Amino acid sequence: MRVAAGQGFWGDWLEAPYRQVTGGPVDYLMMDYLAEVTMSILQKQKSRDAARGYATDFIPLMQRILPLLVERGIKVTANAGGVNPRACAQAVAETARGLGLGGKLRIGVVTGDDLLERLDGLLARGHELRNVDTGRPLTDVRDRVRSANAYLGAWPVVEALRGGADIVITGRVTDTGLTLAPLIHAFDWQPDAWDLLAAGTVAGHTIECGAQCSGGNCLVNWEEVPDLANVGYPIVDAAPDGTFEITKHPGTGGRIDVAGVTEQLVYEMGDPAEYITPDCIADFTTIQLEQSGRDRVRFSRIKGRPATDKLKVSVAYFYGYKAIGTLVYAWPDAYKKAQAADRILRQRLADLRLKFEAILTEFVGVDATHGPLARATAPLDQLPEVQLRIGVRAPEQAPVERFTREIAPLILNGPPSVTGFAGGRPKPEEIVAYWPALLDKRMVEPCVEFVDV
Amino acid sequence: MKNESDGRTVGRSTKKLVPLLRLAHARSGDKGDTANVGLIALKPEWYPILVKQVTAARVAEHFKGMITGPVERYELPNLHALNFLLHGALDGGGTISLKTDAQGKVFSTALLRLEVEPPG
Repeated sequence: MRVAAGQGFWGDWLEAPYRQVTGGPVDYLMMDYLAEVTMSILQKQKSRDAARGYATDFIPLMQRILPLLVERGIKVTANAGGVNPRACAQAVAETARGLGLGGKLRIGVVTGDDLLERLDGLLARGHELRNVDTGRPLTDVRDRVRSANAYLGAWPVVEALRGGADIVITGRVTDTGLTLAPLIHAFDWQPDAWDLLAAGTVAGHTIECGAQCSGGNCLVNWEEVPDLANVGYPIVDAAPDGTFEITKHPGTGGRIDVAGVTEQLVYEMGDPAEYITPDCIADFTTIQLEQSGRDRVRFSRIKGRPATDKLKVSVAYFYGYKAIGTLVYAWPDAYKKAQAADRILRQRLADLRLKFEAILTEFVGVDATHGPLARATAPLDQLPEVQLRIGVRAPEQAPVERFTREIAPLILNGPPSVTGFAGGRPKPEEIVAYWPALLDKRMVEPCVEFVDV
Repeated sequence: MKNESDGRTVGRSTKKLVPLLRLAHARSGDKGDTANVGLIALKPEWYPILVKQVTAARVAEHFKGMITGPVERYELPNLHALNFLLHGALDGGGTISLKTDAQGKVFSTALLRLEVEPPG
């Protein structure tokens, strides 16, 4: 039973899903499209056009691979539906009909995650949706909320698969649920088989970022990772007992070894003994890894515990505005010049009495990535060039807008040997921020529908 | 298996210190305004060195001026790895942050600058 990862995020390599379905045998193609902020962008698109609000890249991709999927009997799980899974399913259905696949395809649609229209009702019934980081109740920002979605788990996807769906399109289903669901379906794992559910969840976590577990972004001997230009995306090769191997198609680039897989396991990790999903709590301190062959890592002995009675909710709300401006200073004294420009700019902003929540200066080439740790060892008086990068943030647009007009003048009225302004004045950008909360599971009812092509 | 800061520092020794880069690799990511750094021993036998020397307190000291909150450490002996949570590391995090590294992607290698006593 083989589940292949096709997309690690919306914007990932467009060739990957095609290569996953053509490079060797797979049973499922799993594609993760949704990040926290994606939902608010999609909600905005839907408010302008009721037929939008999903990951539009999904449609031309399906156009390309649908005939192959049907021919080879490969099923798809994807959270490409965003805030409008039904419209996404309709668009896929139309595409399939255009390809002459009428009568050959059933699309499952998972909804019920979208809470935007239900927020006031939930708040009125005492569900405060407090921010889990700050403890503040959602009423603080209620009038600025742009989207609100509960994270659904694997079970509604399983229901769609049991109903005969070939393609399952969901809204906010967890990244891990998209991999776990095919395993539950194929092996008939039970809702209280916590170790098995935890194993499938770990499998999902391992491949949810695509090639980040198959040689991409791996620090160990990074120059020796073979042929990243043709990197093979990961595949879970799973057994009914909850053991599995992570591998990739033969002849592809990249590398699957214990080091790279371990890096992915600890990625975005909180308490490793409590990896909480809607389906179970997976204990990452129980995972045993073993290099079982070339580009094969075996996972075993994974333990899990019962799921909690809460679902995570991701709320996106309007926060304010920001803008970031950059200028590049050249040798000699590149760093000193950039520092001087920063001082001058800050004085001008102060003289204009502009109010910002934050002003942040970074010197790219000196301290933008490692801060004072890098400054301590860098040859600061001999740097060939330094980029001054200065950002501001404010609740109102006006001061941010004024700031964007204060960068260019520095080219002629500030320190010398400056360039890199070809991109023009920076644009004030709306900040839509993320509000993580928890909600009683009983308040969310997933819904599964089918579209027959 | 969570350890709070215990104030331990590397004992006085004449041994030449080496950057953690020689003993470990790492990957980092974000959760809101918190960066996580997973630190993994390059050889299983070096894991106890990480446990002993790379304490939450030392990591907090290492990142002084770069983070505003506390450091938590978790142990994963099965993976020869430690997981650090660096709170208040990302200028608000996500879309709010003005930082180049708004998602904490390179706190990993910043931690590998830490100097430790080598094995043996």
